[in-house]
Amino acid sequence: MAEAVTNRWSGSRPNGWEVLKRNRVAMISLAFLVMLVLAAVVVPFFLNDAIKQPTTDQFFRPGTTSVDGTRYHLLGTDVNGNDLFYRLLTGAQVSLGVGLVAACLSLFIGTIYGMVSGYAGGRVDGIMMRGVDILYAIPRILFVMIFISAFDQYFKDALDAVRLWAQGRSSFIEQSARNLIPYSRIMILVISLGLVEWLTMARIVRGQVLVLKELAFVTASRSMGQGWWMILYKHLWPNLSTIILTYLTLTIPAVILDESFLSYLGLGISDPAASWGSLLKDGAPVINPLESKWWLLAFPALLMSVSLLALNFLGDGLRDAFDPKSSD
Amino acid sequence: MPAFILRRFLSSIVVLFCVVSITFLLSRAQKGGPFERERMTPEAKAKKERQYELDGPAWWQLQRYLGKVFLHADLGVSIRYTDRTVTEILAQKMPNSIKLGGCAFLIASLGGVALGFAAAMRKDSALDVSCMFFALGAVSVPTFITGPLMIAVFGLWLRWLPVGGWGNLKQILMPSVCLALPYLAYVSRLTRNSLLEVMSQNYMRTAKAKGLDEATALFKHALKIALLPVITYLGPMAAYVLTGSFIIESVFNISGAGSLFVNAIQNVDPFLLTGAVSVYCAAILLFNFIVDVSYGVLDKRIQLNG
Repeated sequence: MAEAVTNRWSGSRPNGWEVLKRNRVAMISLAFLVMLVLAAVVVPFFLNDAIKQPTTDQFFRPGTTSVDGTRYHLLGTDVNGNDLFYRLLTGAQVSLGVGLVAACLSLFIGTIYGMVSGYAGGRVDGIMMRGVDILYAIPRILFVMIFISAFDQYFKDALDAVRLWAQGRSSFIEQSARNLIPYSRIMILVISLGLVEWLTMARIVRGQVLVLKELAFVTASRSMGQGWWMILYKHLWPNLSTIILTYLTLTIPAVILDESFLSYLGLGISDPAASWGSLLKDGAPVINPLESKWWLLAFPALLMSVSLLALNFLGDGLRDAFDPKSSD
Repeated sequence: MPAFILRRFLSSIVVLFCVVSITFLLSRAQKGGPFERERMTPEAKAKKERQYELDGPAWWQLQRYLGKVFLHADLGVSIRYTDRTVTEILAQKMPNSIKLGGCAFLIASLGGVALGFAAAMRKDSALDVSCMFFALGAVSVPTFITGPLMIAVFGLWLRWLPVGGWGNLKQILMPSVCLALPYLAYVSRLTRNSLLEVMSQNYMRTAKAKGLDEATALFKHALKIALLPVITYLGPMAAYVLTGSFIIESVFNISGAGSLFVNAIQNVDPFLLTGAVSVYCAAILLFNFIVDVSYGVLDKRIQLNG
């Protein structure tokens, strides 16, 4: 990929990856994010199994051990005796996972929409971009809320049907369907967030395609008789990859914010699954001046803010490196 | 120009029509309709459905509902709130949300422009760097983290502002600043970057060459163009601020439309939900329409078609 980038600007502009490597804040953010993802995936395997379920250790302070000395709670426990450290890590899995998958889905939709609109140009482009303008003006998160509540039950029932169908045929499918039912909300959440977050991507990609399609290599391949789909796929798509990577990095924090917004209102992720938003929702009401359970709010808030900040810094660095002309 | 305004107005009406229809259909598609939870006999349920005009196929329900909304401006009655009309409930809850959203909107747009202006004037200074650092931070931290933090710092620790309550200026200040923060940050980044770009244009050099001092050149030639991206953002920002106020209302215990939405969704109350969504969307579409028209007035280069 680095090769292609060097050739593309042929010395007229510094290589984007070099620019990015010199951006210290972006590199620190990248290192932090890699560590966070590794920790979220690997550390739960090494944790004591006893702290992975609700226990009797209600509202333990950080760094305390349960009465019988078997369970050590690094970051304390919540009302159900769940270990906050473990919940934070699984919450990170859910939040980052939802962010990544929904951002990829929105990237897919947005890129295709933008590429078609920009390449078609003229009246088609006008209508398609007017559509994006209109969608921008509508409070999309409301529709995500309504969409989730409308289809959640159908999704659960479908999974249940799969489970019943697999009974006696394949215990693996039956088991996985049974395990997925409590998490069905997450899937519908991912789909609906992916369906609404593609607008910025479509705009950016369209702007790039408008520039790229006037370049000589596109004219050359058109004169050689290549169809529009092959031109889009073979010539424009590779040239768009760094821009898409940049806006993917910037879409992930936006999706994570949306997800936590919904979870905070009680319409997103719910028990037994946890995300940063649902942890904060559980943490907020137990704050009171008399007997503050500060750790339930402070640790999720800290982790979430730092992660989102890191993602935004990284995205900003990528944008400075690959899309220096964009202004917002 | 009049043709442009008319076209935009008509397209807003069409969008509103679609939004109302989709919301209504989605809320009717929910499994376990409004009368499922109370265990009723099928006859009683059918009678209830007939009473609320929720019987028959979905398109027929929609047709009657749309007729009521658009021809008689009647949003129907709430099924959960013991048959009060939706208009009544909204009239009671909306003003607080609109007040909160309006304050936050003003703070975000005016404060953001001022901050971005200051940062652009002293590019690469400590002020600029810290402003932009703050801006990225404020965009990243969700309001349900800044809200409790602000309550803890300004309310409980410094005791400058009241922790709860709603009504006077002091009580409105903290929620609206909290709601405005992310948008203020975004607007300030937008202003700074576009102002820097405009100031590097040739016509700005010309303006200075013909003898205008810095301030006059800035206000006469730069500001109007530099603010165009900000004006484009005002429309989406209105939508974000109105939905963002849901969280603020729950954090600061304000009785507004946010809880109404959540309850309407969880209680399966189609008329209340669709009514609230339509009023929100109508307000936002109207606002966008005004922004569009003013954009056309401000920027002479824009082609008024579409």
